[in-house]
Amino acid sequence: MASLDDLKKRIASVKSTQKITKAMKMVAAAKLRRAQESAEKGRPYSEKMNNVILNLSNGISDKENAPKLLSGTGQEKTHLCVVMTSDRGLCGGFNSNIIKKAKSYFAKISDEGKELKIITVGSKGNDQLKRVYGDKIIENISFKESKNANYFDADKVGKMVIEKFEAGEFDICTIFYNQFKNVITQIPQAQQIIPLNNEGEENSSEESYEFEPDEDEILSNLLPKNISTQIFKAMLENSASEQGSRMSAMDNATRNAGEMVDKLTIEYNRSRQAAITKELIEIISGAESL
Amino acid sequence: MSEEFKIEIVNPEKSFLIKEDVLEVVVPAFEGEMGILKDHIAIISFLKPGIITIFSKEGNEKFFVEDGIIEFKNNNLSILTSSIFNLKDVSENKIQDLLKSAEEEIKKDEITDQKKYLADQKIEVLRSIN
Repeated sequence: MASLDDLKKRIASVKSTQKITKAMKMVAAAKLRRAQESAEKGRPYSEKMNNVILNLSNGISDKENAPKLLSGTGQEKTHLCVVMTSDRGLCGGFNSNIIKKAKSYFAKISDEGKELKIITVGSKGNDQLKRVYGDKIIENISFKESKNANYFDADKVGKMVIEKFEAGEFDICTIFYNQFKNVITQIPQAQQIIPLNNEGEENSSEESYEFEPDEDEILSNLLPKNISTQIFKAMLENSASEQGSRMSAMDNATRNAGEMVDKLTIEYNRSRQAAITKELIEIISGAESL
Repeated sequence: MSEEFKIEIVNPEKSFLIKEDVLEVVVPAFEGEMGILKDHIAIISFLKPGIITIFSKEGNEKFFVEDGIIEFKNNNLSILTSSIFNLKDVSENKIQDLLKSAEEEIKKDEITDQKKYLADQKIEVLRSIN
């Protein structure tokens, strides 16, 4: 059995760890509220954007000559995967969930004999992927400096993706991120952004629009913006998920630390009592022998 | 009958402005300025850098936009833009910064005609604000 002094030290150390996890939980909770708010505020933009594109793509008469971002290159040879993770750790299964989802997709692609390229956003994803898929990662972006997800950063990623698409470096682009459902549930998502996947969505309005200039020109202007918007949406969802995940992870850690302190305290008290009893017995038996 | 309609300006971060009682909106559409009144035909267009003017009973407001898409339907005008600010709130420095970056862009060699046109527009509008 550990000595009294050791136990005391352990209790103190667990308690100070508990303080840290508790503080982290508080911070995550505060950040979560902000992240959730901005995720909600950002929703109208991406929804409207989607709507307009839907209307436009239905209005296009010449599907053959539609912009490539919409209809694809006609091949499915090279896949680009944008894996979006956090820059910080200690957030439970947040990063590993995305990685797991991405890895199963990667395996499927290589089984089909297609080429794979990876862009990682956020350093944690890069750390986990580079061991196995190091040679596939063509780009790694991290936004450690920016405090909150902002459109400017998303635009940078979007522009890079489009540049690579126009250079013919890939045919299909998929982004991986965590969708925020609630504090304890985040669903890892794989969303195809190039070519745009609109199947299954019905056009809600029968109304015909006037276009100025014509559909093709508007579409070719709009589609690149839509890429950035989708990436931005993913970033917002991700940051809300990250904070939510961290909050529940830290909550668990705090609770576990509490349990551990209780257990150690009981052990400490027991061994203290045992030591006292032992001393008493020694004194009494010493007195008796006189 | 009232001649008012609803306008909604959203940028990626939030809903920038929602107004229910607008009489007229003038937007810098790609092919020229466009005035929108109530019961305009449903239209989708995109914007070049310029000034959006919103007329309502309380007076008019002016906003500078760099790009965007407008959609008008059922007397609802939606403007999606990634970069917008109220002319009242913007500082002299910010305008100068924008002007500078536009001027730099135009000097690049491998600029497409369309980009050049847009940058030209931007410079023109920014100069006119000053």
